[in-house]
Amino acid sequence: MNRLATNLSGWQLENPVIAASGTFGFGHEFASWYDINVLGSISLKGTTKKPRFGNQTPRIAECRQGMLNAIGLQNPGVGVVISTEIPKLRETFKKKIIANVAGATVEEYLQVAECFDQVAEVALLEINLSCPNVKEGGLAFGSSAESVANICKELKKTVKKPVYIKLSPNVTDIVEIATAAEAAGADGLVLANTLLGMVVDTSSGKPIVSCGIAGFSGPAIKPVALAIVYRVFPKVKIPIIGVGGIANAADVIEFMSVGATAVQVGTQNLIDPLACHNIITELPAKMDQYGIEKLSDIVGRSHRC
Amino acid sequence: MCLKMKKMADFKVICNRQLAHDTFLMTLSGKVDFHPIPGQFVNIKINGCYLRRPISICDFNDHSINLIYKVVGQGTKILSEANPGTKFNLLCGLGNGFQPHLASGRIVLVGGGVGAAPLYNLARELKARNANFCAVLGWRSADQVFYAEEFADLCKTYIATDDGKIGERGYVTDILKNSSYDYYFACGPYQMLKGVHSLGKAGQISLEERMGCGFGACMGCSCRTAQGSKRICVDGPVFFDDEVIFK
Repeated sequence: MNRLATNLSGWQLENPVIAASGTFGFGHEFASWYDINVLGSISLKGTTKKPRFGNQTPRIAECRQGMLNAIGLQNPGVGVVISTEIPKLRETFKKKIIANVAGATVEEYLQVAECFDQVAEVALLEINLSCPNVKEGGLAFGSSAESVANICKELKKTVKKPVYIKLSPNVTDIVEIATAAEAAGADGLVLANTLLGMVVDTSSGKPIVSCGIAGFSGPAIKPVALAIVYRVFPKVKIPIIGVGGIANAADVIEFMSVGATAVQVGTQNLIDPLACHNIITELPAKMDQYGIEKLSDIVGRSHRC
Repeated sequence: MCLKMKKMADFKVICNRQLAHDTFLMTLSGKVDFHPIPGQFVNIKINGCYLRRPISICDFNDHSINLIYKVVGQGTKILSEANPGTKFNLLCGLGNGFQPHLASGRIVLVGGGVGAAPLYNLARELKARNANFCAVLGWRSADQVFYAEEFADLCKTYIATDDGKIGERGYVTDILKNSSYDYYFACGPYQMLKGVHSLGKAGQISLEERMGCGFGACMGCSCRTAQGSKRICVDGPVFFDDEVIFK
């Protein structure tokens, strides 16, 4: 029996630890640190139809127990991701992957999703309706239940692979948006993307990141992300991938307890390239410590307490 | 063929002393089996800071590395206060370093401020190759000058300071304009690099940027080059003069 196994829309994962989009490049950067086949899966860098350079630097700033980023969806475009990046990743990673779909218009989301829908290595599509660092698309689409529902409906008409919607925490009522996504046919949810935040240079008063406001991530946001998963879980039947500030095996247990079926580890990869590897290694001992036989048993147990 | 090895390891402070105004030399002991190439950097985890701090390697042997760093913020302030015996976790072997084998003719090392640090390791390597080289190093003021004698032990060394109290008054580019050279290696402030680049010779330039990870995952340190967008941490920090596009 694999005590760590989990399942997302019929896709069996050896363990629930997925490297989060935007913090893991296109995967192969980590192959020089460890055998990345230990991962449950990898969510690729957010991909648009055409190449994007992203925002001006500085794109990165630090804060207590976290960081700010405004990368701005830098990526080489879906064509190059499919022709070059995925085959390169294939050399070192043998499991199925998650494609992170981004765009500035509904049409672009559909076009990128259709491209990834044809790729055998892609298990599911993660629709990024929550990037805070682009002027068009991203968060703009994720901010209202209507626009989320609309894009879900259009995607479900077009693609065959499961559609998971990655939502923003920067909304008035995430439960309303999550339930609208489910009603519109979403197969799962990824909760959640970065919070809006900023860091200011004390001496000049200038924001450090070029865009001013940026995406706030890291251990500091874990309580916020946990609360989001906790609130959404009882209101939906579709699986939730929990993400936000996960840095160790205990964090994984907490996210699964509040309702996550799988988790994504993001920012921690940047300061510790072995983070996912170590979390997966530590999970069995941590489960023993808390008397957990199988991780899948604890999904949502916070609601049964 | 350069070996490219990355590793994570704990290193212990042997010595951490002030060299010049706000500038420190830290010697860290540990197993140096990752063959540092001049211009490569380590990314240091500092207690109290979430992100690591990328710092170039100034010098090394089999069992220790030297880092010269400037106190510019909270992280480097904490670093400057570390006592001998303190352990730091390092990501080692990061970045693409200088490629001295591609230089020929009269070579000049151009350093500005703390950017002179990685050029020291390069000077040692050029010396070992019996290359024809000199150093042109600039600082804002005399109290910031470091390693002038160490460089002078390896090659003819010219110094420029804004106040002229040490070396010539002015910028490194003022010295370069009156020099004849064929190839350069440069590391320093952006405006200095831009000035050196504008003189039109062939060379290699080390860039810097705020980094998230230091090994290519986050795309936080991207820059535009003649060959498209590149990540300073893995595609650089050293680039060829004809790749770099200055703003």
